[in-house]
Amino acid sequence: MKLFSRSSQLTKLLINIIGVCLVVFSIGLSISYGTTTIDLYTVWQAVFRFSEGEQAHQVIWELRIPRALAAVLVGAFLAMSGAVMQGMTRNPLASPSIMGVTDGAAFMLVIILAFYPAVSNVGLMFVSFLGAGIAVTLVFLVGSFSSSGLTPVKLALAGVAIGTLLRSVSSILSLHFQLEKDIGFWLAGGLDGAGWNAVTILLFAGAIGTILALSIAKSITVLSLGDDLSTGLGQNNTFIKISGIIVVLILTGAAVSVAGSVGFIGLIIPHMTRFIIGTDYRWIIPTSAVLGALLLVNADLIARMINAPFETPVGAITSIIGVPFFLYLARGSGGDKK
Amino acid sequence: MNTVEKQKRLRFWIIISILIVGMIIFSFISLNLGAISISPKEVIQTLIGQGTDRQELVLFQFRMPGIILALLIGAGLAVSGTIMQGITQNGLADPGILGINSGAGFAIVLFLYFFQGAIPATSALSTYILPFIALIGAFTAAILIYTIAWKKGVSPIRLVLVGIGVNAAFGALLTIFQLRMDPQNYRQVTIWLSGEIWSANWSFVFALLPWMLILIPIAINKARNLNVFHLGDDVASGLGTHVERERGILLLIAVALAGASVAAGGAIAFLGLVVPHIVRKLVGPLHHYVIPISALLGAFILMTADMIGSNILAPTTIPVGIVVSIVSTPYFVYLLMKTN
Repeated sequence: MKLFSRSSQLTKLLINIIGVCLVVFSIGLSISYGTTTIDLYTVWQAVFRFSEGEQAHQVIWELRIPRALAAVLVGAFLAMSGAVMQGMTRNPLASPSIMGVTDGAAFMLVIILAFYPAVSNVGLMFVSFLGAGIAVTLVFLVGSFSSSGLTPVKLALAGVAIGTLLRSVSSILSLHFQLEKDIGFWLAGGLDGAGWNAVTILLFAGAIGTILALSIAKSITVLSLGDDLSTGLGQNNTFIKISGIIVVLILTGAAVSVAGSVGFIGLIIPHMTRFIIGTDYRWIIPTSAVLGALLLVNADLIARMINAPFETPVGAITSIIGVPFFLYLARGSGGDKK
Repeated sequence: MNTVEKQKRLRFWIIISILIVGMIIFSFISLNLGAISISPKEVIQTLIGQGTDRQELVLFQFRMPGIILALLIGAGLAVSGTIMQGITQNGLADPGILGINSGAGFAIVLFLYFFQGAIPATSALSTYILPFIALIGAFTAAILIYTIAWKKGVSPIRLVLVGIGVNAAFGALLTIFQLRMDPQNYRQVTIWLSGEIWSANWSFVFALLPWMLILIPIAINKARNLNVFHLGDDVASGLGTHVERERGILLLIAVALAGASVAAGGAIAFLGLVVPHIVRKLVGPLHHYVIPISALLGAFILMTADMIGSNILAPTTIPVGIVVSIVSTPYFVYLLMKTN
């Protein structure tokens, strides 16, 4: 797991710079590809020499750029919160999608739409934060109160159970209040609705979440070595864990409220990052963000291309990429420990 | 036969009788309820052939096949779960969690997707074909899970984790194909996937009945082997059991039961998981007691859940799978917290 752990800071920086360049390039591709393909030169022009008369420039600014940015941010957030979760719990399977986060968000969304349909967009975002929070808290509680603690299997199964329970209640409500369509569309997971509004909210939540995540990164590195060691070195574990949970809630809440159910990014990216860059969370968190962004922008591109002109839910694409990796983990570290 | 054994046997028969009586009473109540309310007296009149044509139509063509299907599916899933828990020695095994249900579901969606024009989903032909399609899907999933989880033997924990992963993969594939279907089929498949006894008619009953009537008795007959597995593989082979062969046969039965149930009832999760636990609490761990009672209890629970689902929020029908999940996930969480 430590390909470059001994290498210099310079190498790590270089990896991140290359990553960022790839993200920028993918954003370019993502903007230029669509129902009408716009060449990269026009994209360049639209960004730096915008003229209102050109239809292509309008499309780029109003639809394609916010979508690409939303993909970058959502991917980065999911990967970062996955990294924080795995570092805190030392559990290789900890990640938003395993822990019923989307089901929780959908649950609250259905409730609010059923009983207060006139809710604003910002209100919807807030509610899905809340729902994500409820699910994570429940799963953590079930895991922590069980007799042998939060093992990978327990976590995964608790996620399945809590997710199923919340999903069942929401489907009853959505059937009764005839909301299946609104919810189904949202649950499938996709970035096709993402506009500048969404990007603003993401940027706002992301700024807070990222700063908080980076400020506890060093403590998470120590925590990832074990609770006892961390206490021995004078760290306040409870404080760090609570901060970590807040980071997870802010980042996944924002991501889920914009993109719906996008699975497995938070699971696989932190593992890849650790493999490339070592065990220091001051590097793992930012690098995860870069790689997560890269993965989601490209997955979104695939989702649009694979069955054009129809969109495939991007969540399905990330699952198909992510499942083999999950299985690999299940065979390895997750399966041998009892 | 000593007294303890006698007591157990007595307890076994008492529980069986209670369940059968309960099942008859609840079936009767279920016959009364619905959009067209038919009073108990009218039900009896109709049953002995003196009802109106309309009452006969409602009772014999709609409600009765629905109830019988619920009973069959419940029994199938519960026995399948019992066998899986017995084979893997893992209290958290269940056809839903292991991804066998979603494998069957995916096969059916694929079938409907490619043949939706040629064979309507509700025609008599597809009624008899669907269980086989589901079976192919269930076996594919089972083989896939077993192979991936194999690493010098199959550890129960790895099996469960791999199951969750395979489940997610089938789920993603399902979404992709579902969205490419026409709206009519899309809706039907969506409801069915959350566990709904669709097209409750006699031909489905007759399509499912042979599977249950053949496989459940075989399972009861093999119960002794499941008891021996409980002692560990070494002891089992020492006692003269062909461990791998018997495990294979039992697994085949479990997967077949799950596949046939899914074909008729959709992906009903957690029933196969929870029922065996309740039954073991009632009669202890011996499988020649556990399997018959599981079958009856599973049938009873699913039928009751179906009755609740179709009446509690009428005219909205809640898919039976959702009722089962809501009732059984809290119990599952409790089991999860308790077991090591």
